[in-house]
Amino acid sequence: MGYLNGFRVTFNKMFEDRVTTEYPEEKQEKPDRLHGRHVLNRYEDGMEKCIGCELCAAVCPAKCIYVRGKDNPPDDPVSPGERFGFVYEINYLRCIHCDLCVEACPTEAITESKLFEFSFSNRSDAIYTRDELIVDDDGRPQQMPWEDWRPPPDWA
Amino acid sequence: MSVFAVDPLLAGEVGLEVLAVVLFKVLVVFVLLIVSVMLMIWAERKIISDMQNRIGPTRAGPWGILQTLADGLKLIFKEDLIPDNANRTVFKLAPLLTLVPAFLTFSIIPLGGDFTDKDGVISLFGNDTYLQLADPPIGLLLFLAMSSVAVYGIMLAGWSSGSKYPLLGSVRATSQMISYEAALGLTVAAVFLQSGSFSTHTIVSEQSVWQWNMWFTGFVPMAIFMIAATAELNRPPFDLVEAEQELVGGFHTEYSSIRFALFYLAEFMNTITISAIVVTIFLGGPNGPIFIDAVAWLWPILWFTVKLFALLFTFIWMRATLPRFRYDQLMDLGWKVLTPVALGWLLFLGARDVANDRGWNPVLVVGVAVTAFAVFGALLLRAVRMGKQVRELEEMRG
Repeated sequence: MGYLNGFRVTFNKMFEDRVTTEYPEEKQEKPDRLHGRHVLNRYEDGMEKCIGCELCAAVCPAKCIYVRGKDNPPDDPVSPGERFGFVYEINYLRCIHCDLCVEACPTEAITESKLFEFSFSNRSDAIYTRDELIVDDDGRPQQMPWEDWRPPPDWA
Repeated sequence: MSVFAVDPLLAGEVGLEVLAVVLFKVLVVFVLLIVSVMLMIWAERKIISDMQNRIGPTRAGPWGILQTLADGLKLIFKEDLIPDNANRTVFKLAPLLTLVPAFLTFSIIPLGGDFTDKDGVISLFGNDTYLQLADPPIGLLLFLAMSSVAVYGIMLAGWSSGSKYPLLGSVRATSQMISYEAALGLTVAAVFLQSGSFSTHTIVSEQSVWQWNMWFTGFVPMAIFMIAATAELNRPPFDLVEAEQELVGGFHTEYSSIRFALFYLAEFMNTITISAIVVTIFLGGPNGPIFIDAVAWLWPILWFTVKLFALLFTFIWMRATLPRFRYDQLMDLGWKVLTPVALGWLLFLGARDVANDRGWNPVLVVGVAVTAFAVFGALLLRAVRMGKQVRELEEMRG
């Protein structure tokens, strides 16, 4: 009686544990290689790692990165190299988080964090500029008003 | 005694007060049905998710109990689309044609009242009345008629949409419902035979605390009724009419906004109504033991609710368990199994009653009946097999 066995199975399921994670209240641990939003890194002395080579923009399949390089001002260099990223914008309405920009970067200036819980209500918020992407003095990303940073924070 | 009802409320002169009581009952039944549909949809989603290790709706209200209300409000604010190819009048009429019969059928259900020694009469604002909206002498025939009218709603919805998948859905609906209507009618006939009346009130009062028609008719009619009712309701496993994988949404593909909501509402309302009909004709309606005399009026309502919920749970359980039937399997089950068995069982019950009247030997009657069953069953099986062989032979010839 295959059908009747089925009834027993569905009935017993009612008393088993649920597999649902009730997301905003409880969060699962993020996977090791999660690709979240990007950060622009700095050296320990505060110099920017980005040298404005535009390799990330070239490799980006979604064409969401816009970079303009500029010669470092001799008296106050922004990066240790010859040039620095003068304009750096990532459009998160287009980014597919493929991580190719990270692989293309010769100086590890751009890496991905594990932040993925952000939602914006207008298009200009969706475009992260250089000032927003750059890490703070402790080497941590800056929190935008539309980002949800509630625990458990889990940084790579 | 009027044609419309044998309710003691209407036996004497019908004045303004009586009219007020009737209106009050109409209002109560209407609200009761709407609220119970809301709870039924919520309960179905909750129980189905329980059976699938999920948690179901949790956001709207405590335990997500207001989810249906939220969905309904959302649907009302959606754009009400009518396709260019649609037959506008029929397109607008169809949802109402499925909804109104569900309401009308519910009006003949006895919801409560002490049937052990008061014949189901309760006192409402000093007026003696039944706790059911109407008790027409044609009772169950009204139910059969209404379930047939509801078929028109679905059929016309698909036809008037003017596109192909709804049309396919409504063709399926028509043949499915016509096929199962036969089995449904025959099992209801078994109840007529047992109770000797069409009136739902009489059928309930013929049964008592534990003496239900379910036992007297030998459980088979109830099983067949439940299966045929599932098919009539287009619920899984008989939901070919709206089989998503094959027909998009079936008959309601082109419907949106409040008209879609009406179909959705009617489907669940029909589920509740048919469960209530099963409770009434097979499970003794509000009959049940009364424990505390102080709240004696409460117990029948409680028993009715308990029985109703048990049946609704069975429907939900079936939905969670059984996979959808293939179309030819559906037809096979309807015409080659349910209808002959229901017909045979009706004859058997008739023979039993005649034997009782005439004082024939019961053992002999049962023996003859079983032999006749076996012979005709074998003949039917042989006919079905022969038909299959002939078809295969023709297919081989090409």
